[in-house]
Amino acid sequence: KVQLFLIFKNSGFLWFRISEDTQQQIIRETFHLVSKRDENVCNFLEGGLLIGGSDNKLIYRHYATLYFVFCVDSSESELGILDLIQVFVETLDKCFENVCELDLIFHVDKVHNILAEMVMGGMVLETNMNEIVTQIDAQNKLEKSETFIFQSPRQDR
Amino acid sequence: MALKMVKGSIDRMFDKNLQDLVRGIRNHKEDEAKYISQCIDEIKQELKQDNIAVKANAVCKLTYLQMLGYDISWAAFNIIEVMSASKFTFKRIGYLAASQSFHEGTDVIMLTTNQIRKDLSSPSQYDTGVALTGLSCFVTPDLARDLANDIMTLMSHTKPYIRKKAVLIMYKVFLKYPESLRPAFPRLKEKLEDPDPGVQSAAVNVICELARRNPKNYLSLAPLFFKLMTSSTNNWVLIKIIKLFGALTPLEPRLGKKLIEPLTNLIHSTSAMSLLYECVNTVIAVLISLSSGMPNHSASIQLCVQKLRILIEDSDQNLKYLGLLAMSKILKTHPKSVQSHKDLILQCLDDKDESIRLRALDLLYGMVSKKNLMEIVKKLMTHVDKAEGTTYRDELLTKIIDICSQSNYQHITNFEWYISILVELTRLEGTRHGHLIAAQMLDVAIRVKAIRKFAVSQMSTLLDNAHLVASSTQRNGICEVLYAATWICGEFSEHLQEPQHTLEAMLRPKVTTLPGHIQAVYVQNVVKLYASILQQKEQAAETEAAQAVTQLMVDRLPQFVQSADLEVQERASCILQLVKHVQKLQAKGVPVAEEVSALFAGELNPVAPKAQKKVPVPEGLDLDAWINEPLSDSESEDEKPKAMFHEEEQRQAKHRLPEVDEEELARRREARKQEQANNPFYIKSSPSPQKRYQDSPGVEHIPVVQIDLSVPLKVPGLPLSDQYVRLEEERRHRQRLEKDKRRKKRRDKEKKGKRRHGSLPTESDEDIAPAQQVDIVTEEMPENALPSDEDDKDPNDPYRALDIDLDKPLADSEKLPVQKHRNAENAKSPEKEDVPVVEKKSKKPKKKEKKHKEKERDKEKKKEKKKGEDLDFWLSTTPPPAAVPSTDTLSANTNTDATPKDEVEEPRREAQDGEDEDQDQEKKPSKHKKKHKKEKEEQPKDKKRSRKKLLGSEEAPGEPVQNGALEEEPLPPMSSYCLLAKNSYIKMTYSVQGSLQDSQVTVSIILENLSGSVLKSMELSVLDSLNTRMARPEGSSVHDGVPVPFQLPPGVSNEAQFVFTVQSIVMAQKLKGTLSFIAKDDAGATHEKLDFKLHFSCSSYLTTTPCYSDAFAKLLESGDLSMSSIRVDGISMSFQNLLTKICFHHHFSVVERVDSCASMYSRSIQGHHVCLLVKKGENSVSVDGKCSDSTLLSNVLEEMKATLAMC
Repeated sequence: KVQLFLIFKNSGFLWFRISEDTQQQIIRETFHLVSKRDENVCNFLEGGLLIGGSDNKLIYRHYATLYFVFCVDSSESELGILDLIQVFVETLDKCFENVCELDLIFHVDKVHNILAEMVMGGMVLETNMNEIVTQIDAQNKLEKSETFIFQSPRQDR
Repeated sequence: MALKMVKGSIDRMFDKNLQDLVRGIRNHKEDEAKYISQCIDEIKQELKQDNIAVKANAVCKLTYLQMLGYDISWAAFNIIEVMSASKFTFKRIGYLAASQSFHEGTDVIMLTTNQIRKDLSSPSQYDTGVALTGLSCFVTPDLARDLANDIMTLMSHTKPYIRKKAVLIMYKVFLKYPESLRPAFPRLKEKLEDPDPGVQSAAVNVICELARRNPKNYLSLAPLFFKLMTSSTNNWVLIKIIKLFGALTPLEPRLGKKLIEPLTNLIHSTSAMSLLYECVNTVIAVLISLSSGMPNHSASIQLCVQKLRILIEDSDQNLKYLGLLAMSKILKTHPKSVQSHKDLILQCLDDKDESIRLRALDLLYGMVSKKNLMEIVKKLMTHVDKAEGTTYRDELLTKIIDICSQSNYQHITNFEWYISILVELTRLEGTRHGHLIAAQMLDVAIRVKAIRKFAVSQMSTLLDNAHLVASSTQRNGICEVLYAATWICGEFSEHLQEPQHTLEAMLRPKVTTLPGHIQAVYVQNVVKLYASILQQKEQAAETEAAQAVTQLMVDRLPQFVQSADLEVQERASCILQLVKHVQKLQAKGVPVAEEVSALFAGELNPVAPKAQKKVPVPEGLDLDAWINEPLSDSESEDEKPKAMFHEEEQRQAKHRLPEVDEEELARRREARKQEQANNPFYIKSSPSPQKRYQDSPGVEHIPVVQIDLSVPLKVPGLPLSDQYVRLEEERRHRQRLEKDKRRKKRRDKEKKGKRRHGSLPTESDEDIAPAQQVDIVTEEMPENALPSDEDDKDPNDPYRALDIDLDKPLADSEKLPVQKHRNAENAKSPEKEDVPVVEKKSKKPKKKEKKHKEKERDKEKKKEKKKGEDLDFWLSTTPPPAAVPSTDTLSANTNTDATPKDEVEEPRREAQDGEDEDQDQEKKPSKHKKKHKKEKEEQPKDKKRSRKKLLGSEEAPGEPVQNGALEEEPLPPMSSYCLLAKNSYIKMTYSVQGSLQDSQVTVSIILENLSGSVLKSMELSVLDSLNTRMARPEGSSVHDGVPVPFQLPPGVSNEAQFVFTVQSIVMAQKLKGTLSFIAKDDAGATHEKLDFKLHFSCSSYLTTTPCYSDAFAKLLESGDLSMSSIRVDGISMSFQNLLTKICFHHHFSVVERVDSCASMYSRSIQGHHVCLLVKKGENSVSVDGKCSDSTLLSNVLEEMKATLAMC
């Protein structure tokens, strides 16, 4: 299972519920752990005390200024998750057309919608990039058509 | 109204959207909190508006703020409003917010049930999708219960997009509402073969996740997963499946055997590292599960180790890390294969990456031997010095201790060296593990008697330098070692060289800055030391010196009396009074030493940590029973008795201390010693040194262990363990030379160094004798301790609720709660589940496209499903799934094509060795015979499982079976094994199985060694009759016995199989035989014999063969069967169990069952059809049989009568 996902220093997504304070603490610590690591070291970190005990690992990838961090338990394949992060980044790249950090910062909701197509409730849902992109595009289209109607005088309620 | 709406629309133009919010926050770095609180106020305003678009925008911003750590639970109701918007855009925003902020405590969550249900059944797949995604994050037990049925329906949705999400979310539903697992499982299982790879992957994912927690419930899916594994090309799915197999193999070694080959192939063929890695991992798991049974997989181990070495040597740190991780798994069972890569692993200790260093450390644990322990620890010590950051250093410290102390200090040859290492470790500042070091010091000093003198000398040095250890902060964990040091110096004070000096060190004012619990130990041990000094002085008649020591005590103890710590204070006051009393007596010239030392007479023995738990509860003692009946709950009595009881307890505790005076203590101690002396289970020590010096005058009589040491014992600073390494090498070298010499003299002298129990040192290890003759005192266990080692499971584990038997047929009560109007759907299918109804609907469009294919698949699916039902049967057939013959659907008379081309002669001695057996079994064409055999092998092991299987085999014929509701009446475990013969050496039980070819029957004999000797050269000889003959190896005569292909160590049992050829099967047969064997024990070997009579019943010639009702009807119509019937009265057993019994003992299968009437079918090994009609009356059973041979029928019925009479 996947427990946590994080890109930025201060915001992340958890697939389990805890208080906002603890959530921030976890995210901060995770970021701290990951960001102090050198280049050219392995992409796994034994989170241990962080979330849910020793079964969990942090698996991350570092792209320029961004860290994509997943916290997963032993049911997930380490290399598989690394691939998944790659798929995620490539998907972002497709959906945002040459993604850059600011895209992600200003469109956190979209990032989440994309992530929701890949991981659902902490379980990996889809790993095929084309499938993800197709679904995201279709949803965007649906959204656009609604916006069009929505701008006409007819109101939602 | 319209105006208001337009106004709302315009307002919206001026609202901030998410991007504005993000930008704003970025621009207000200094006063972020203030800015955000402004924004929240704005959002609150926006939420008050009627316009849903405005609300949605507000909620969207809130979601972002939540991610930054702001609590938005106050907006829960608004979130629900947005969730229920009709537009997807808003709905999605609402669900995202809900998934972030809702939890079980959110009270409005119950309002969402209907909204979610509506969204789940929405015509738009994205509405449904978004609802599923949201629900997956905030599903509560209530939601799970209410929506389980809706979600289950969605699992068969036409759109794969919905199907995969519905399948995946079921996992969450199961977790929250475990009752849904059984009803939903059949459909989930179906989804494993969904045509859409995404859905399939989701199903695999869910089942893997479930199986990870409760693997045994999912063993029966192994064949299906096996098929997926060999057919799937999706690496993600493959990885999951392979991981799952890794979890299943420990439960079923036969599965492991089956897996090795395809996994090895994958390892060789795949280019994906992730897949390769998981394959290696699972192969390792398989090897671990097999390691006990068959050591013949060295090729596989080599392959794994070799692949892992490649990973570790890779420049990619990730692979290096994973390589080490997997290596540590091999280490547990095959340490030798890993040990050869020691160089590589030591190298990894120098890696700059901490993750990798930690992994390498883990590996070291298993790689040490007597030979290399010192070297490895030396290397670790240098790392300790170099290590930056306390985490890694602490890790190193624990590892050093782990490595050294593992399996009862198995690898330590020189305990002086180890004590030095421990002392060196005390130099670590700021470590959290002071208590670990302390515990080791205590353990070693207590359990290794020979080392006490050395330990005491080291500890006294440590105490002398206590300021170094305790200098820094109060919190410094390392001061814990002083706890150990003081205790050791006090307890073993007779070994102290300068007790007076140590006493002074222990009474320094600085000590009062130590933590309370350590001070308490100081105080206590000061007295022990004092007692021992007193003794010495008095014996030497130095009255003045004795008085001086007493004075010192009287002077220094008050500093402890003032301690804020109650424990310290209490002990100190007590002792101070005692010492003052002693002082008075001394002034009068009364000798006191004897009595003071009597306070501490006797020796402390180590007690095993589990000892208390293992004390068996005496028979007849019910710990849960009330001693006094609980008082009634009336209010007046409620508080009073409690308070009384409490008071009493306190009073007692107070009184107890002063009451026990010295004499009493001594008396009790004496009594205890007496008792121990008479107790044969008590490990007696040689008379304790403490005791000895009491009767022998003079210090010089203190026993001194001779240690040949060239290191000065009194190192002013701290000792250097390195010197020991050098010394040890020299010593070993000397030893080797000596030994060589000795060896030349006496070749076969008993082996040396056998001082430790249980462990099997490697050859090279054995050569190294320990430096001191060390006896490790074993930990005490209560007499008649139970050997049970069960670890209680954590009762709070959420996955425990999911430990559910999935193979049991569904009961009527087990339905998911359904909304009323849906009930009609369920009524249709009387069988297991309501699966097919919705399924059909959803598959219609596809069927149009490719009708033909679909049909085929359906057919295949059916076969597969049935096959999957009997794991044992699958496990005993050939692995490649393509080649798995699918006879199940064939009716009884057409199963000849089930025999593969490469059919080979019947295996003779399958049990000869594991591999042979395996291969033979794979070649066997007749599965049903095998199935039953396996079933029976399983029988004694797992009652529950075998029962399940019986029910399964009953269902095997497929559709015509009408199970009806099953009575949930427990059936006693059944075994087809019956006693063959028994004497004081050996017990033989046997079972006979027919095979559908060559008129052969296989007799499986379980041989159990009851004696204390090893049984070998077992040989089974049978007097052949004209009709029945034993198959013997080629070239042997009829009088030769057939050797049993194994030996039996004491207490072990094993199974051997013998094949017999039978001419006529219509009558039961008996064969006389003899088992001859050699029983060998320490006293010598004797030749023994055991006679037996093998009974071949007619039922044993029958084989369970499924038959369809139409084929069955035809058979009966054909009219060339003779008929016979029996009737048995006085039967109370349920019909279901009755049928199960018949199926089990007489190898029938149920063709059809209607109420209390069932038709059954079986086939003999020579092709006779046997048809039964079983009817149950009030308490009688009548069986009408039809068979192509009347004699066979009447004999079978007679046997059945005997079985039924016992019901």
